[in-house]
Amino acid sequence: MNLELKLAFKNLFGARLRTLLNVLVLSFSFVVIILLNSIMDGWDQQAQKDSIEWEFGNGHLINEKFDPLDPFTILDGHGKIPEEVSGTTPILDRQASIYPQGRMISVILKGISSEQEILKLPTNRLEESKEEFPVIIGKRLAESTKLNKGDRVQVRWRDSKGTYDANILTIVEVFDSNVPNIDNGKIWIDIKKLWEMTNLENEASYFIADDKFINPELVSWNFKSQFTLLKSLKDLINQKKTGNSIIYSLLLAIALLAIFDTQILSIFRRQKEIGTYIALGMTRFRVVRLFTIEGSVYSILALIVGSFYGIPFFIYMSKAGFPIPPADQKMGIALADVIYPVYGIKLILMTILTVFISATIVSYLPARKIAKLNPVLALKGKKQ
Amino acid sequence: MKKEPIIHVKNASKSYPIAGKEFMALKQINLSLNKGEFAGIVGPSGSGKTTLLNIIGSLDKPTQGDTFVLNKNIKTLSHKEAASLRNYNIGFIFQVFNLLPVYTVYENVEFALLLQNNSAKKRRESVMKALNWVGLTDHADKRPDKLSGGESQRVAIARAMVKTPKIVLADEPTANLDSENAHEILKTMKKLNQELGTTFLFSTHDEKVMGYLDRIIHLRDGKIEKDEL
Repeated sequence: MNLELKLAFKNLFGARLRTLLNVLVLSFSFVVIILLNSIMDGWDQQAQKDSIEWEFGNGHLINEKFDPLDPFTILDGHGKIPEEVSGTTPILDRQASIYPQGRMISVILKGISSEQEILKLPTNRLEESKEEFPVIIGKRLAESTKLNKGDRVQVRWRDSKGTYDANILTIVEVFDSNVPNIDNGKIWIDIKKLWEMTNLENEASYFIADDKFINPELVSWNFKSQFTLLKSLKDLINQKKTGNSIIYSLLLAIALLAIFDTQILSIFRRQKEIGTYIALGMTRFRVVRLFTIEGSVYSILALIVGSFYGIPFFIYMSKAGFPIPPADQKMGIALADVIYPVYGIKLILMTILTVFISATIVSYLPARKIAKLNPVLALKGKKQ
Repeated sequence: MKKEPIIHVKNASKSYPIAGKEFMALKQINLSLNKGEFAGIVGPSGSGKTTLLNIIGSLDKPTQGDTFVLNKNIKTLSHKEAASLRNYNIGFIFQVFNLLPVYTVYENVEFALLLQNNSAKKRRESVMKALNWVGLTDHADKRPDKLSGGESQRVAIARAMVKTPKIVLADEPTANLDSENAHEILKTMKKLNQELGTTFLFSTHDEKVMGYLDRIIHLRDGKIEKDEL
């Protein structure tokens, strides 16, 4: 094996331009695969971190009648805060309409304790404000409703008996979050104020758990762990990763095709050399192995060449990040303005293994022909 | 001194399918060569010289009959056994040199020893000795494309001899050389035959070669016509 490896390196260095071209194409695949995957991993990590910090906390304890994905459950999906619950922040959801510039926009009023510290929402601004109905909103809602910090907007809601009421809200803060779920169509208000407005004293639709929370296993409340809440986000990112894998599979396929063609050409052109190896006492199996290793060595050389320009590029990308166009940030999933790639050991090792194994396989396939060559004809250089 | 048979061909025939018909390249060949012989198979093109040499060199197998080389029946050898026989006991010299183009002269000669897994020190000593035999120690770092035809063939001789094989098979070794180089090559081979006792078997129709041979086996249409000592 050692001999074949030495010979393979020697043969490839001897082939010069042909080797250089194959190595460059393959090294490009290396870099692109690692970059695309690292961006996806960066997004994955950022999105999970943001979702935990802004929306999920350590999990949600949800009223059995409330479904966060079904607005029809908002009306009845709430209950009295149980005494057994501790280490949580209660959230009460109520439907309402606001009228910015005379247009009616349906929103959800989300009552939250202004003293909470589980989520990154700047709820302290609700406490600090001297306004009668201070609220905070996200940048997406602010943009779509043309509302800014300090603006006032009329709001209409229904209390627990179904009676309509209206008043003026004051936007005391516009927060910037990558999590659209807490922003689009959501107005955050102190829960005590919302209890007063709706006559739903001490009621909540769900609770956000902190890291000390222990599930009291209550009959009317179901606990969804952080892992469960993140599942749909992870599924979405995995789906995106699959889509991306098609792109780099195509790229890898082009590189592997180049190696495959080179191997076919090599075996065709180097028949005399193959015959000489056999005449000098190499077994056919060793010659097949030599040619297969030559293909594998392409991936080793590509790794070295790719490192030369890839590592500085990766370092640059990890600092500069990958900017996401504003349109993409309105997709409804947690997406930052800039995604910083994350280069994990697993990702790099998997990429190296993928390229190495595929290069070895595509080299072995044409090299198998050597086992069937007639050495006498090969020595004469006759094409077989 | 008792003569030691090293090659024994018994009723060996070889046929190839050509254009749907069987072409008999060798017909019932019987031949014995002893250790240390400097012999040649002589005959016109197509007489079966190279075919016989390839069978003796275990690169090919007879269709009928048996060929024993160092008491091993070529017909029954597996690929691996045949490779081992060539690796340790048979050296080849080809008409067109067949040097490996990306290796230096030194590496070409060293190749056979690498296959035998010899130590680096032993390889170096053996390679330098072999290059010394053929007078190419100064060309060790050159690549084959920088050598003349005569020099290339001398490298091929060094490569065949470096592992001190029992048999060297030379297929038309002077066909691509001028007269002066051909004589030089033949003198080198004759010297190695005498000094090391290696058995040399040539295939040739070059009269210059015939002058050096101790034994000439005339082959015509796949049959031995005459065997002269």
